[in-house]
Amino acid sequence: MEAEKKQFVVFRLGDEEYGTDIIKVTVIERMLNIARVPTTPAYIRGVINLRGDIIPVMDLRTRLGLPEKAEDDDTRIIIFDINKIVFGTIVDSVSEVLQLEESKIESAVGIINDSSLDYINGVAKAESKLVTLINLERLISELVPELS
Amino acid sequence: MVSIKQIPEAILPDGGAEIMDMSQYLDIFVEESREHLQSLNTSLLELEKDPNNASVIHEIFRVAHTLKGMAGTMAFTHMTTLTHDMEDVLDELRNNRINVSPEVVDVLFQCLDALEGYVSVIVSTGQEGNEDNADVIAALSRLMNKDKPAPQTQKEAKSYFAGGKASSNGLRLKLNIYDKNVIEKALEESMNVLQIYVELDKKCLLKAARAFIIFQILDKNSEIIKSDPSVEDIEDEKFDYSFTVLAITKHDDAFFKKELNSVAEVRNVETVQITTRHTENIREGKNEEEMHDSGRQAGAANSSSVTGTASKSPNVKRLTNKTVRVDIDRLDVLMNLVSELIITKTRLEDVGSGGKTNDYNQAVENLERITTSLHDAVMKVRMVPVETVFSRFPRMVRDISKELKKDMVLHMSGEETELDRTVIDEIGDPLIHIIRNSADHGLEKPEDRKAKGKDKTGNIWLRAYQDGNNVVIEVEDDGQGIDIEKVRKKIIERGLETEEAAAVLSENETVEYLFRPNFSTADKVTDLSGRGVGLDVVKTKIEALGGNIELDTVWGKGSKTVIRLPLTLAIIQALLVMVGDEKYAIPLSNIREIGDINPSDIQLVRNKEVMMLRGMVIPLIRLENVLGVPARETPENKKQLTCVIVRKGDRLSGLVVDKLIGQQEIVIKSLGKLLVGIRSIAGATILGDGNVALIIDVNSII
Repeated sequence: MEAEKKQFVVFRLGDEEYGTDIIKVTVIERMLNIARVPTTPAYIRGVINLRGDIIPVMDLRTRLGLPEKAEDDDTRIIIFDINKIVFGTIVDSVSEVLQLEESKIESAVGIINDSSLDYINGVAKAESKLVTLINLERLISELVPELS
Repeated sequence: MVSIKQIPEAILPDGGAEIMDMSQYLDIFVEESREHLQSLNTSLLELEKDPNNASVIHEIFRVAHTLKGMAGTMAFTHMTTLTHDMEDVLDELRNNRINVSPEVVDVLFQCLDALEGYVSVIVSTGQEGNEDNADVIAALSRLMNKDKPAPQTQKEAKSYFAGGKASSNGLRLKLNIYDKNVIEKALEESMNVLQIYVELDKKCLLKAARAFIIFQILDKNSEIIKSDPSVEDIEDEKFDYSFTVLAITKHDDAFFKKELNSVAEVRNVETVQITTRHTENIREGKNEEEMHDSGRQAGAANSSSVTGTASKSPNVKRLTNKTVRVDIDRLDVLMNLVSELIITKTRLEDVGSGGKTNDYNQAVENLERITTSLHDAVMKVRMVPVETVFSRFPRMVRDISKELKKDMVLHMSGEETELDRTVIDEIGDPLIHIIRNSADHGLEKPEDRKAKGKDKTGNIWLRAYQDGNNVVIEVEDDGQGIDIEKVRKKIIERGLETEEAAAVLSENETVEYLFRPNFSTADKVTDLSGRGVGLDVVKTKIEALGGNIELDTVWGKGSKTVIRLPLTLAIIQALLVMVGDEKYAIPLSNIREIGDINPSDIQLVRNKEVMMLRGMVIPLIRLENVLGVPARETPENKKQLTCVIVRKGDRLSGLVVDKLIGQQEIVIKSLGKLLVGIRSIAGATILGDGNVALIIDVNSII
């Protein structure tokens, strides 16, 4: 019997690789002009115009407590849709789509000790690298509490 | 979601019984029922005011009859029984055998409530549920049994009229002068008048159902002006095995013979062509045995009695509808397309501003004109008069008045004012809450009002009107108003402010606290209100619609709640401005005027910047501060500041911006579900260059 496999979109922030469930990913875009929105949390950079729709965009580095980085040609915005709530996150680059078996995913407790543990579902071993799996609902839980 | 509705033993013309899937008709049933129930509501209220109004009684009868037919078709047996009993009572009413008393009206209102209950259950489950409303049925039959001695037995004796032998000229029905008039008119217009006698098989089990099918066929092809026994009796199966009808039709008798004989369990069909020969002997006063309900005054000297005896098929056709029901999703698609069109038009304007030619200008002007008209047209389609929401309030106030034992009357105005459909759907509950508050907490008991020198009947005013780009809805009462001091005490009690801070709150500021969650100064929690969960929900709902709410009150005199709602939801005229390096849009409807001011004209009052405008003191708001705009890299030392004077209701404020860009039509786009509730920003718009500009929510900034 084949083990349960799930697909993840893998992206980079700095030297580390992160992943999210592909089901919630709508599209991956290059960097766009972001309009700042006042009185939003610091990790919300603002909103973009995505083919006529206004989509809020989050700076994932800020959200996870990582230092800021200037954007370059590899920077991407991943657009997610969780229960009709649409938003984007800025990442340094997008690497690949990985198939991972459930059994290869371990809990992150013990590995990660800081507050970012809140947003992490687990750590996966794929070939020779480790991918930290992100809990998307937790990312936006401050703004949309009913999700988590 | 909806289970398949089955009609057991639905009898088809070929005699076979089939299970029919009625679920596809549920939507239509619900929509039409709601309309009928609405009309019933209005009619009952009128009847209460004017108990002798015959035409209202007829209207109510008609609606009950239609509902009965609809319910019967959908096999909603409880509803059918209830409407059938209603019909009986209404029939007695319209024939003046029962008087319209307050008790009668109350029972009819109970019926209306029961029917609305059924429709609710049908909406959520697809079935009518198990509630049989036995108490209402009992109340109806009590009304029927009062002063109804002799006619009852007469009716019974008559209803088993076997249709017997035909008289020598073939007539089975006794015709009177009214029938003669109708017949002769029909003959003048070259229509056929047929007497059709139908005999069913003696083995027929469901006579009423068979008769229903036959009546359907007759109704489709003719107008039935007389029936023996009466249609109601036939529906009640109060006939032996045959009945006779008089029908006006374009078809000939052979047609009906063929159609009716093809219905299963029909044993015999006889037709007689009625001509003036049959009617010539009918005189005024003679042969006036009407076949229905003898003992009723035949004195109604107009054709109303003829129409009274004319059978009405269960599905009365409505007068031609000049409206079309449109799926709201399709409207949304239209709206989106119009929005895109406007954005593209704006783009064109930007592009062409290089080398303008006459043709180009004309073309763009045309485009402008067309898009504006198109936009208006589509917006109008979505607009619905507030009457649809207001209409249930008179009834509600009437019920509350009885429940609280306070005399009160509701005055409504401006029901024709229109609002967007989505707003209409949401505004009902908040309004109910506010009106209930007025009735419950505002208006005093009659004795108390008299003691204060007020009229013992309390008044509640519900007004709607347009004000600029907004629709304003006001609820005002002449009750006791709000005790500001009590509210102040509660604020201190709840620890929301210190005693000193609470003491300096203005009246308006104090009243604002009522909109906070769990804040209520009511001493008792009544069924209606007092739990403190209402006003904050009301405020949230209204703000979610892009509107705002204010409460004014005078202790002893009354209170007034004012709700402002935006008129158009999507496309507005706006002024584009620069604040720092960022572009913002200010809705034109908020703008009073624009001007430049010298920094030296700015003065400080209580540490806040103000300016003088033609003798008025206007507070200044620096947008760069409110919006947290990052400082420019090369700050300019400006000789003059650009100031946009905006207004919110009566209040004016000056917004200081860095530069004016220009006036533009913009499409309002929501910021999305993630960024809901951002104060000071009403939404975003996409400019011609594809960039996003935020729209300033003037109301929350002032």
